[in-house]
Amino acid sequence: MIEVIKPGFFTTVQDNGRWGYQGYGVGVAGAMDNFALSAANLLVGNPEGTAGLEMTVLGPMLKFHTETLLAIAGADLDPYLDGKSIPNWTCHFAPTGSTLSFGGKKKGARAYLAVFGGIDVPPVMGSRSTYLLGNFGGLEGRVLKSRDHLPIPLLVGTLPNLAGRFFPEKSRPPYAKNPTLRVVPGPFADFFSEEGVKAFFSAEYTVTPQSDRMGYRLQGDPIKRKKPEELITCGLANGTVQVPPDGQPIILLADRQTIGGYPIMATLIQADMPLIAQCVPGDKLRFAAVSTDKAREAYLQLWSNLKNICH
Amino acid sequence: MEVPPRILPAGDQAILIEFGVEINPAVNRLVQAFVRNAGQHRITGIGELIPSYCTLLIYYDPFLLSFSQVEHWARSLSGSDLLDTKTRPEVKEIPVVYGGLYGPDIEFVARHNQITAEEVVQLHTRETYLVYVVGFSPGFAAMGTVPSKIKTPRLQTPRTKVPAGSVGIGGIQTGIYAVESPGGWQLIGRTPLTLFHLNRNPPAYFQAGDYARFYPISQEEFGKRRRQKTEVRSQNKQGKK
Repeated sequence: MIEVIKPGFFTTVQDNGRWGYQGYGVGVAGAMDNFALSAANLLVGNPEGTAGLEMTVLGPMLKFHTETLLAIAGADLDPYLDGKSIPNWTCHFAPTGSTLSFGGKKKGARAYLAVFGGIDVPPVMGSRSTYLLGNFGGLEGRVLKSRDHLPIPLLVGTLPNLAGRFFPEKSRPPYAKNPTLRVVPGPFADFFSEEGVKAFFSAEYTVTPQSDRMGYRLQGDPIKRKKPEELITCGLANGTVQVPPDGQPIILLADRQTIGGYPIMATLIQADMPLIAQCVPGDKLRFAAVSTDKAREAYLQLWSNLKNICH
Repeated sequence: MEVPPRILPAGDQAILIEFGVEINPAVNRLVQAFVRNAGQHRITGIGELIPSYCTLLIYYDPFLLSFSQVEHWARSLSGSDLLDTKTRPEVKEIPVVYGGLYGPDIEFVARHNQITAEEVVQLHTRETYLVYVVGFSPGFAAMGTVPSKIKTPRLQTPRTKVPAGSVGIGGIQTGIYAVESPGGWQLIGRTPLTLFHLNRNPPAYFQAGDYARFYPISQEEFGKRRRQKTEVRSQNKQGKK
């Protein structure tokens, strides 16, 4: 069992999402940076999609009442195990009674904690992801708070020498403070004026404080419309860039609604989802158009890196 | 002549098929027919389907399929000769207690259309509605089209909390809130049915393409049905012990 001493700023249980129920209005949720969660899981010997903790900006303080293997990946929130600084992207052994704490944000926004066997909250519709909009999944459908108890399995049958293995830097996503994000234009770029499309692909957009797991609201050159009509509500893919009437784009992310009705300028490519997940308010974004084939190539390349664990 | 659907990339893990650009039953039936057709001709790598009014979003696994392969698959299934648009699922009957605390906006809907609240109920229960889409919040079913005498614009300022089971009118559509959520539709009544349940599969009572008809019940009947549900639940709990 893991005891939550301090919850941190915004900590939730997440796996790789609740797929299969969007047609019933149930969102996917899941880790914002699914690559980092997957890498952390593989390091401790779990399957990629096992439930871990998504920790945002300010990490929690956790006490392990069960010995376990752990790994942290994604943002660098300055982790300490029993007061000793430990590196990210590395498998560590946490003895019974040990405490994991965090100094503060050094780089990125979201760090992922994987423990041996995963966080064993009851699955809802096949997933342990916290779905805040529906108040279910994860631990009681909410963010963690002090004195919560998270069940984890006993450390049995695992090779003790997994500790120490790590995930090399060259195999990680190219995280950057002010990234250029690749998008596939459309599906409804034809709602915007030529000038509007040009603005989107040439201007710099700032991540505003009104950004969360549902979506990142950006501020920059307003994107002008060509057609005044509203789009008829349609299904929303992960990474959809929608533009409401004020012309300021919103990137829809893990906790997005399943359907929506603002025109869609472009959709982020899956290979770049880890980059946006690690952005914080104030970061500056640019967008570059790529073809679906290039996007697919980038995705296959990134995810094939996942097996590059070093010993 | 019929226009072939537009097939568009929605990033690199989903495609969007646009069957038309209007909210009407004929276009929505094309969406539903494609969903049924796709269910019978699934290929590995095609993920979940999200039907809406006149479009269908289809996720796919980029490890297994490219956009052009998915596009080709979709094109081959969307020929109108392949689409069975005649299948009509059963009509789901929905009991509703109208007005009062359960439907606080019914008087507004009546005044807006210069009719009485009783006439609102008569008109609302007269039609059989097509469920165009399920979404916005878990299990929310949006259906249409309401008789023009009860069309009413949405609230200027949405409510922060609408109780589960609330039946509303939003423009030319009517709909049911399956779970408590914020909402801007004019509330005219409430159903005692549970329309979203985590432990049911599927979790939602409605899916897109269903048909629904409403019938009025009294407050007493509403209370009785609610109590019955609670009793069934406590019996189930005792059974587990």
